[in-house]
Amino acid sequence: MEQVRLTTRDYSLFYGEFRALNGISLSIPANRITAFIGPSGCGKSTLLRSFNRMNELIPGVRTEGTVLLDDGDIFKEDVVNLRKRVGMVFQRPNPFPKSIFDNVTYGPRVHGVRNRSKLAAIAEESLTRAALWDEVKDQLHKSAMALSGGQQQRLCIARAIAVSPEVILMDEPASALDPVATIKIEELMNTLKEKYTIVIVTHNMQQAARVSDFTAFLLTDENRAGNMVEFGPTNRIFTSPSDRRTEDYITGRFG
Amino acid sequence: MMRKLVQNAAFTVFWMAGLGAVLIMLSVVGYVVFKGFADITPEFFTTSPRGGLSGEGGIQSTIVTTIYLVLLTLLVATPLGVGAGIYLVEYADQAKGGFMKRVTSAARFGVETLAGVPSIIFGLFGYALFVTALKLGFSLASAALAGSCLIIPVIIRTTEEALKAVPDSYREGSLALGASRWETIWKVILPSAFPGITTGIVLGAGRIVSETAIFFVTLGGSYRTPTSLLASGRSMALHVYYLAMETRAFDKAMATAAVLVVLVILMNLSINMISRRISRDTR
Repeated sequence: MEQVRLTTRDYSLFYGEFRALNGISLSIPANRITAFIGPSGCGKSTLLRSFNRMNELIPGVRTEGTVLLDDGDIFKEDVVNLRKRVGMVFQRPNPFPKSIFDNVTYGPRVHGVRNRSKLAAIAEESLTRAALWDEVKDQLHKSAMALSGGQQQRLCIARAIAVSPEVILMDEPASALDPVATIKIEELMNTLKEKYTIVIVTHNMQQAARVSDFTAFLLTDENRAGNMVEFGPTNRIFTSPSDRRTEDYITGRFG
Repeated sequence: MMRKLVQNAAFTVFWMAGLGAVLIMLSVVGYVVFKGFADITPEFFTTSPRGGLSGEGGIQSTIVTTIYLVLLTLLVATPLGVGAGIYLVEYADQAKGGFMKRVTSAARFGVETLAGVPSIIFGLFGYALFVTALKLGFSLASAALAGSCLIIPVIIRTTEEALKAVPDSYREGSLALGASRWETIWKVILPSAFPGITTGIVLGAGRIVSETAIFFVTLGGSYRTPTSLLASGRSMALHVYYLAMETRAFDKAMATAAVLVVLVILMNLSINMISRRISRDTR
């Protein structure tokens, strides 16, 4: 039996009157990579953004049901603390227009680390984990904007790691990158799961099949609300899905 | 064949229009600068006007007054204008409840409207409120407060534009790391928007340097260097007006105007430099 890190129970999300997610119940295992797949607009990004409560930035969002991190209700937790525990990497690399060093140490600084040598140690450790240290160690004070797209995305991963999260959410982290940079990110995810629980949204089914241990397939119903069709170990979902719609989707019959 | 002809004709018309606009501008600036600089000597900058119909003396006290006025106005207008701009862009949409939403949209409408109101209206308002009702008299204080009312809309709008130009991905990235809204604004958004906000402040300073009517009814016209906030004074633009209308020293008016024109050109150049820095940094 896997240890569970994130749980949703009958979780629904509304934009005003519109129901975007409908009664989602799933358990995301710790130290595994879980992929959310499904066609555009199926709510997979919205579900991902629920775990660090980023949806709350949109006016008029309302939720029902429960989301647990370990055993704690995330809606009762202080949002700052929640986001410290649940980091996020976005679709487009979004380094701040600051130096590489200032990017990586932004989170720790916000959370009160002031000591220069401690920050330097965090920077080195995080950049090493994100497989970027060797490429940037001599130019930590250069602008992050000068890095390539793939390097910027690994910098964003390092930036997320620097606050020692338990979970890293990745919203199509490689969709803006070239194939070589994509492979690097995927390899990185594989090493990161030893320490972190990773949840990834991806459009790319090969990617889901390559990197993830578990897969959730989401689909919109007739009211355009996102429903979870199936959840299970990735190799089972991809070889013998129990739902007809999952099979149709992964064999490319729609979406 | 016909199309080519029309194309050429259109090109010629627009080219002439462009040339005409540039020529008009150059002849105004050129005339003032050329005529004005003929009468400029080092003493012109180091002596103060002596008053009287002859309009003798230099412009020292008016330079000092202009500097005081600009600094005082910015001291009042910058925090209010930048603060309001930050509120409108970063906080207003988070406001809960119909009342705050209505206040916010009223504020937006007010800013839009005020930015287009002639400066003399602000002058009359300043005269009624600061000079008369608050009994500040014709003074630096009245003028700086009225001037603030004039340029706050300018600063709010440029601050808003600068903040809106900061990509939302920066905000998301910072908030996702557990930063508060304020930390996000202070550490990520303001540094990115800084050049744009500075442009707004310099634009505001330029308005204060060049406005006349508003200070005519708030600053008064004393040609002495003001020694307190409640002292009257004369900015350079105002001095040009007084020299031209109330003395025989039209040459001195021209000379002062020339200095003013050069000053305004320098300020605009600095704005250009700032905006060039923006485009370089975001590349």
